[in-house]
Amino acid sequence: MDALTGSLKMITNGSVLVYILKGLGFTIGIAFFAVVLGIIIGTILALVRNYCNKGAAKIFKYISIAYIEIFRNTPLMLWIFIGLVFFPSIEFPTEFTKLFELSRTEMAVLFKAIIALVLFTSSVIAEIVRGGLNSISKGRFEAAYSQGFNLPQTLLFIIIPQTFKNIVPTLLSQVITTVKDTSYIANIAVAELMGRTFQLIQISPRYTGFSTQNVSDVFVLCGLACVMYFAVNFTISLVVRHMQKPKRIKAAAKIEELQ
Amino acid sequence: MFDAEKWEIVWTHRQTFIDGTLSTLLMALFGLLIALVLGIIFGLMSTSRSRLPRVIARIYVEFIQNTPLMLQALFLFYAVVFSGIEGFSALLCGIIALGIYHGAYISEVIRAGITAVPKGQLEAAYSQGFTHIAAMFYIVLPQTIKIILPPMVNQVVNLIKNTSCMFLAGGAVDLISRTNAFAVGEGTGTAAGQGYIIGGVTFFIICFPLSMLASHWEKKLKMRDVATVKVRKKPDDISDAELDMIIDNKGGESNGRVDGQS
Repeated sequence: MDALTGSLKMITNGSVLVYILKGLGFTIGIAFFAVVLGIIIGTILALVRNYCNKGAAKIFKYISIAYIEIFRNTPLMLWIFIGLVFFPSIEFPTEFTKLFELSRTEMAVLFKAIIALVLFTSSVIAEIVRGGLNSISKGRFEAAYSQGFNLPQTLLFIIIPQTFKNIVPTLLSQVITTVKDTSYIANIAVAELMGRTFQLIQISPRYTGFSTQNVSDVFVLCGLACVMYFAVNFTISLVVRHMQKPKRIKAAAKIEELQ
Repeated sequence: MFDAEKWEIVWTHRQTFIDGTLSTLLMALFGLLIALVLGIIFGLMSTSRSRLPRVIARIYVEFIQNTPLMLQALFLFYAVVFSGIEGFSALLCGIIALGIYHGAYISEVIRAGITAVPKGQLEAAYSQGFTHIAAMFYIVLPQTIKIILPPMVNQVVNLIKNTSCMFLAGGAVDLISRTNAFAVGEGTGTAAGQGYIIGGVTFFIICFPLSMLASHWEKKLKMRDVATVKVRKKPDDISDAELDMIIDNKGGESNGRVDGQS
């Protein structure tokens, strides 16, 4: 029991708790950044893959297909490692890295990992957007053309707004996955929740007052991280379920009608 | 990239990549077996008529799906190390962690498949004297296979991609960990790019055919008439895959939950 008291002392220690909470902040921030950029890149990829069907533009279609399939069928962790070795090291000004309480090297490594995450996430989101695009009926295109819209206008003003309205729940589910995926960054950098949890597990004796690691340290730290991840992700999944409720009721009514 | 000397380094260390591929496939195979067993058990529990098994299955699925695999694997690894059980390698830990994690996803896939089978089928089975479990096993499960195959194959792809989950705990056995060890290793570090290409291509060769198969089956399934889901259902029992079919009254590409990716 003494060991457990020691472990609990660790998380009731204000500075450790703040350190972990900042890690959670990184996790949410990185996931948000990756999803927003992923939506932008993914939408472009999906549009190119679906609608660049003419002449020389076809080359872009093939590039987009290659990009999506390559990133979808290889693990994120591989890209994080590749990023670590091959992506350019960006020299952030010290004032900027200080904002995040990271050293310049740490920031550079973290940035590479985030780029890898963005590249990976954009390929998944591209497929989600494409699913949404394909579920929009051809009649919408024809109606838009008959009103004098050309293809880019049709896509921008008619198709994309409708697509996004449909895929919001799926995109939110992807946010959950991305929040979990940020944990892979722990393999190369200590900034987000998983990395900080692992780091604290390794140096726990500094805070518990014991000379060695105790199993209760692992339980307490992993448990706390679990609770945090769960709180964030479960909230999002409740939102998803809430958003799909009207759609489900509508579908149930439609089945009733068909009988 | 086309430096013959560097490719030669890769060639002399080819055993690293072969071993890595084999242990990744081994982890994926046994992880999948555990995941299937857990998935079937919890999938059946979540469609049970009594409340307790449903609640237990729900807790398992929500808890596992909302926390990262890395965290679960790390926790399991430390729990095993501290409990002092002999014979638990990082490989075995990885297999168990993968099994538990993907078991949650597979149980959701199976639940969706089961709820897609009309209730009348079960009632007919009961009337013939089947018990609930026998009816599930002989009547419902065979019919769900077709529906659950595409998402199941996607889960297998994700499982293969997730075999690197033990990296943090020091389990450098899978392909990615070994590729990375090669890429940062002394003497081999100069051929890092070539090493990553080999690792990436290997994953692609394994995963791409599976992904293609899944989307092919999915397309075929969507082609089937909406008639298959014309059964009265409670709103909550309609699966994501069925939603768009019913509302749009037509096929089309998947718009379902893409999850468990890594």
